[in-house]
Amino acid sequence: MGSIFSLQQILNGLQLGSIYALIALGYTMVYGIVRLINFAHGDFFMIGAYAAYGSFYMFNALVAGRSGTLAFLVLLAAMIGGASIAYLTNKFAYKPLRYKPKLSSLITAIGVSMFIEYFFSALPAIGPSYRSFPDIIVRKEIRLGNAVISNLVIIDLAVAAILMVGLTLLVRKTTLGKAMRAVSQDKDAARLMGIDIEKVISFTFMVGGAFAGAAGLLAGMTYPRIFPYMGILPGLKAFIAAVLGGIGNIPGAMLGAYIMGIAETFASAYNSLIGEGIAFAILILVLLIRPRGLLGEKIADKI
Amino acid sequence: MKKVLFVMALVVLVAASYAQDIKIGGIGPVTGEAATFGISTKNGMTMAVDEWNAKGGIFGGRKAKLIFEDDKGDPSEGAIVWNKLIQQDNVVAIVGTVMSKVSLVGAPISQAAGIPMISPTSTNEKVTLVGDYIFRACFIDPFQGTVGANFAFNDLKARSAAAIFDLGNDYTKGLAENFKKQFEKLGGKVVAFEGHPTGTTDFKAQLTKILQGKPDVIYIPDYYNDVGLIAKQARELGFKGPLVGGDGWDSPELVKIGGTAVENGFFTNHYSSEDKRAIVQDFVKKYKAKFGAEPDALAALGYDAMYIMLDAIKRAGSTKGAAIRDALKATDINVVSGRIKFDENRNPIKSAVIIEIKNGKQVYRTTVNP
Repeated sequence: MGSIFSLQQILNGLQLGSIYALIALGYTMVYGIVRLINFAHGDFFMIGAYAAYGSFYMFNALVAGRSGTLAFLVLLAAMIGGASIAYLTNKFAYKPLRYKPKLSSLITAIGVSMFIEYFFSALPAIGPSYRSFPDIIVRKEIRLGNAVISNLVIIDLAVAAILMVGLTLLVRKTTLGKAMRAVSQDKDAARLMGIDIEKVISFTFMVGGAFAGAAGLLAGMTYPRIFPYMGILPGLKAFIAAVLGGIGNIPGAMLGAYIMGIAETFASAYNSLIGEGIAFAILILVLLIRPRGLLGEKIADKI
Repeated sequence: MKKVLFVMALVVLVAASYAQDIKIGGIGPVTGEAATFGISTKNGMTMAVDEWNAKGGIFGGRKAKLIFEDDKGDPSEGAIVWNKLIQQDNVVAIVGTVMSKVSLVGAPISQAAGIPMISPTSTNEKVTLVGDYIFRACFIDPFQGTVGANFAFNDLKARSAAAIFDLGNDYTKGLAENFKKQFEKLGGKVVAFEGHPTGTTDFKAQLTKILQGKPDVIYIPDYYNDVGLIAKQARELGFKGPLVGGDGWDSPELVKIGGTAVENGFFTNHYSSEDKRAIVQDFVKKYKAKFGAEPDALAALGYDAMYIMLDAIKRAGSTKGAAIRDALKATDINVVSGRIKFDENRNPIKSAVIIEIKNGKQVYRTTVNP
C-alpha cells in the first residue's frame, strides 16, 4: 500500500513514457537533420490514430477473429498514415522554405499544425467530435502482488522497444543511416559526397511520422477516445521530453520521454492538486543545470 | 341569422384587438459548440407555448408568442440578442439561456430592464444572484454533489469514497467538493481527493493512488468523454465497485467510450424519461410525436422553464415585469422535472433523479428529494 513509488505507478509512468518516446523521436530526428522544431508533429500522431481507426473497420471483416493479424495490419496503416502526412508536410510546406530564414519555417510549422487540425475537423468523415476507439485487442489483466498489469501496458512497452531498437539499427548500421548522420553533421559536405540530401530529409520525416503514427495507435488503444485536437498536448509534452533529453539526440529523446512519463505520474501521485506543476518544475531545474539537455553533448552524430 | 353572425364577428374582432399576443423571448445556442443543447431546449420551449395556446391562451384569451433568438453559446452574441428582444421586440419575459457564461451576460440586462428571466439550465450559482428578476429551472452545482453523496452513503451503503475531478473546471470541482463535504457529514470517509489537468487522457497515477485507499465507491463528476476514459482505466487497475457522477454523464457517447467499464455507474440528473409519473410520460409521448426523438434533460428543462414562466404570467394576470416577478416567486407547480418552489435566491427546491447504467442503457433508479 501507500507509497507513490509503487510498482503500479512505475508501470503507469513507463506506459505513458513509451508513447511520449515514440513521438519525441520524430521531433528530435527532424531537428537533428534540418534544425527545425516541427510543431505539426503532434498532428502526425493524431493522423496515425485516425488511420488506425479507419483501417480497423476496413480490415475487421477481412481477417475476422484473428486479432493478432488485425493488430499488425492496423499498426502498419497507422505508420503509413503518419509517414504519408509527414512526407506531404515536408514536400509542400518545409522544402520550399529550406534555405529561407529559420523563423519562416517555424511559423509555417505552427500554421501546418493548425491547418491539419482544422482541416480534419472540417472533414465530414472525421468531424470535430470525440470518437470512441475500438478494442482492437481484448483487454486482459494480470495481477502481480499489489500491481495490475494489463496486456496493453505490455504491448505499449514492447512496440515502443521494438521500434526504438529498429531505429537505432537503421541509423547505426545501414547506408541510409550513415547518410542521415552525414546530413545532420554537414549538409554541404554531404551533398559534395553525392548524397541526395532532400531524399534523406524526406526519409527522416517519414520515419518520424511513422513513429508518431504508431504512437497514435497505441494511444488510441490505451486511451480509447480520439479527436482532431488530440495531438496538441502529447505533442507538446514529447517536445519537452526531446529538449530534456537533448534535442537532436536519439537516445536522449527516449530517456527524456521516460523521465517525463515517470515524473508526471509520480508528481500526480504525490499531489494531484499541484500535479503536473511539479513535473514541469523538475524539467525547468534540469534545463537550468544542463541547458543542452541530459544527453545533449557535442557528440559527433547528432541526429 | 345574419345578425347573429354579424354580432359574433364583431365580438371576435373586438376580442382580437384586445387579446394581443403576449410576447415571450426565448434564447438558446442552436448553433455552435452547444448546438444539441440549444435545439433540445428550444423544442421544449416551443412545446410548452403550443400547449398553453391550445388550452386557450395565458389569460383573458391572450396567447403566448415565442420569439426565439440564437446566442451561439457566445457571451457577446448573447448580449446582442438580449438587447434586441427587450428593446426591439418588447418581450414581457425571457426564457433563456443554456450556458451559464451567457446567462451571466444576459441576466444584468434583464435585471436593469425589469424583464423577468428564467434560465432553463444554467447551473452556476452566480446567475440568479444578479438580481430579483432572475430565476432558474434547474438545480445548482452544489446540490448534485450533495445528492450524489446521499445516494452513495444511503443507497449504495458505501462507507469510504474517493473523488477525481478536473482541476480546470469549476463545475466538476464544485461537485466533488460538495460530495466530499456531505459524505463526511454523513459519517463516511473520503480516502482520496484527486484532481487531473484539463485535456489529459491518462488518469492512472491518480487512480492508482485512489485504489491504494480501497474506497467503496469513486465519485467522478466529469463530462462523459473524460468519464469514459477514467472508468476504463479504473477497471483496468482492478476497481470493481460502483462509480457515481453528475449530469455531465448524460450522453449516449458515454457508453461508446466507456464500454462495459461504466456498468455499475450511477449519476444524478434533472429528469429521466423513464420516470413513471404521468406528467413525465405524457411529456415524453408528445415530444416524441412532435420531434421524433427521445427528450433529453435539456428538452425537459426548456419545457419546464417556459411552463413556469407562462404559469406565473397567468397568475399575475398582467404583463408588467414586477407583477410577473412576484408571481414567479410564489411558484408552486408540478412540472416534468419535479415539483418546483423557489428559495430566497430564486433557485428551485426540487428533486433529482438517479440514473443507472445497465447493459449499456440509462435506467431510472430512484428520485432523491432535497
